[in-house]
Amino acid sequence: MPFNPHTPDDVRQMLAAIGANKVDDLFDEIPKELRIEALAGIPDALNEMQIGRLMMARAAQDGLPLNFIGAGAYEHHIPAAVWAVTTRGEFYSAYTPYQAEASQGTLQLIYEYQTMISSLTGMEVSNASLYEGGSAVAEASLMAVRAHRKSKSQRILVPTTVHPNYRKVAVATASGQGVRFEEIPCPKGQLSLADLAKYQGEDITALVIQQPNFFGQLEDVDAITDWAHANGIFVIGSVNPTSLGILKPPGQWGAKGVDIACGDCQPLGVPLSSGGPYAGFLTTRMEYVRQMPGRIVGRTVDAIGKQGFALTLQAREQHIRRGKATSNICTNQGLLVTAATIYLSLLGPEGLARVANTSHQRANELIAALTRVKGVRVAFEGPRFHEAVLLLDRPVAPVIAQLAARGIVGGFDLSVDYPELGNALLVCATETRTAADIKAYADALTESLKAAVRAA
Amino acid sequence: MSEIPADLKYTKSHEWVRTLADGNVEVGITDHAQGALGDLVFVEVPDSGKALKVGDTFAVVESVKAASDVYAPVAGAVVEGNAALGSQPELINSEPYGAGWIMRLKPGGAPSGLLSAAEYQAHLAAEG
Repeated sequence: MPFNPHTPDDVRQMLAAIGANKVDDLFDEIPKELRIEALAGIPDALNEMQIGRLMMARAAQDGLPLNFIGAGAYEHHIPAAVWAVTTRGEFYSAYTPYQAEASQGTLQLIYEYQTMISSLTGMEVSNASLYEGGSAVAEASLMAVRAHRKSKSQRILVPTTVHPNYRKVAVATASGQGVRFEEIPCPKGQLSLADLAKYQGEDITALVIQQPNFFGQLEDVDAITDWAHANGIFVIGSVNPTSLGILKPPGQWGAKGVDIACGDCQPLGVPLSSGGPYAGFLTTRMEYVRQMPGRIVGRTVDAIGKQGFALTLQAREQHIRRGKATSNICTNQGLLVTAATIYLSLLGPEGLARVANTSHQRANELIAALTRVKGVRVAFEGPRFHEAVLLLDRPVAPVIAQLAARGIVGGFDLSVDYPELGNALLVCATETRTAADIKAYADALTESLKAAVRAA
Repeated sequence: MSEIPADLKYTKSHEWVRTLADGNVEVGITDHAQGALGDLVFVEVPDSGKALKVGDTFAVVESVKAASDVYAPVAGAVVEGNAALGSQPELINSEPYGAGWIMRLKPGGAPSGLLSAAEYQAHLAAEG
């Protein structure tokens, strides 16, 4: 879909047509005291050459380390075709395809994406995407409050096994609307029914379950989902889409399945890119479709009976319903959705299962290799996907720095978000890590821990 | 020209009110309102027991072009929402003053400030 910005001539003609002198006049109704002339801390604009130079310099600082960090963003192999197709001119716009007659390709792609994500999560309907996994949990929480009409409390239970950033985004997004998030401590690295017992019989709107959880452990999703439904609580499942190649989809958790499933598309063909942009996904049952935030593309027929695609259910969106819209997220992450859709098309269910299985095996090999190093043990027992928490016999930060000096990104230091865990390090391996990579990490860690003893 | 039954009361926001034999009131949206919205595709009706003040939003009617709030013309407690609208929202288009009613309400006091059919007719003409 071509996107042509207005030329200065266009702007002059439009202003003349409505009788305005300059664009600023259109904002007259915003009082002066509410306007910000300049943003503190934001430097002046750079030209293309300058910004290119700056970004090259910054990218060079990353080097090409061996990466063992997961913690919500995962390094997977991205087939070359994914971005070769995604960056074609026909797709290369994040512009929302309001005009169905001019956007059939983009609309069909989003429709295919929705179909794949619904199928992957085992749910009935998907939206066209959200910003990322954290805003997906936030929007799912607000949606649960709207959809669960029998619950009046707006209380949402969030175990500490949910990604700490997702929890922060949810609080920042939804607490202003009266939603109360209550954290459930999970000292064993998993949410247990015993932790939930004290909420039995209370008016709770929803419970968020992350699978695999932030520590890489698998939650007992069937029992927890059934417990929540037995207590009249909606279940929001936040899931890693790669893991759904081999794990039970949230639509089949327990007897009824979750009410809302969400997560981050990043593992599906989106590069790490220093933390973004990524794309969130959100799916639900058809009975709650009108409470779903964001855009939805539907398949229909035109006046002569030919198949076509169009945005649908827009009456509940902000450009029509203003302040009472189901959300004020008006975008979808079009380009990243394109990449995820092509990635899933190339891999298919079998390819995705292979990525998930190989990642699981590599992580097991990594954990076995690292726990053979003296002074390292695993924090939590039980089944896991492709990450684990390791406990070191000394503070984590200096060890990470020493590993970095050897070209190894050793994992995510949990001491800020989970000080109660002690010297805890979250490590990850995907299908991209080879036996040699794992050995390199284990050797470097052995050296690092030895060196620290000598220094002590 | 939209239909405005003489025996009902109205609001400027296009709701109608019918007093039932048991003292409860029935509320819906007018023929003019349904015509302006176009084909309805979804109606969110209130749960029974919900307490309403005059002007509270008690329902949402969604057509292919807009989703609009419906406001309580009378204070009281909801006796029932019209469950039939869940699967047949088009009843509001076909029978706005009959099968397309939206809720029945036990009024908290005598309704006041409502328009007669003639006054509503004049209001429509003025809005015209």
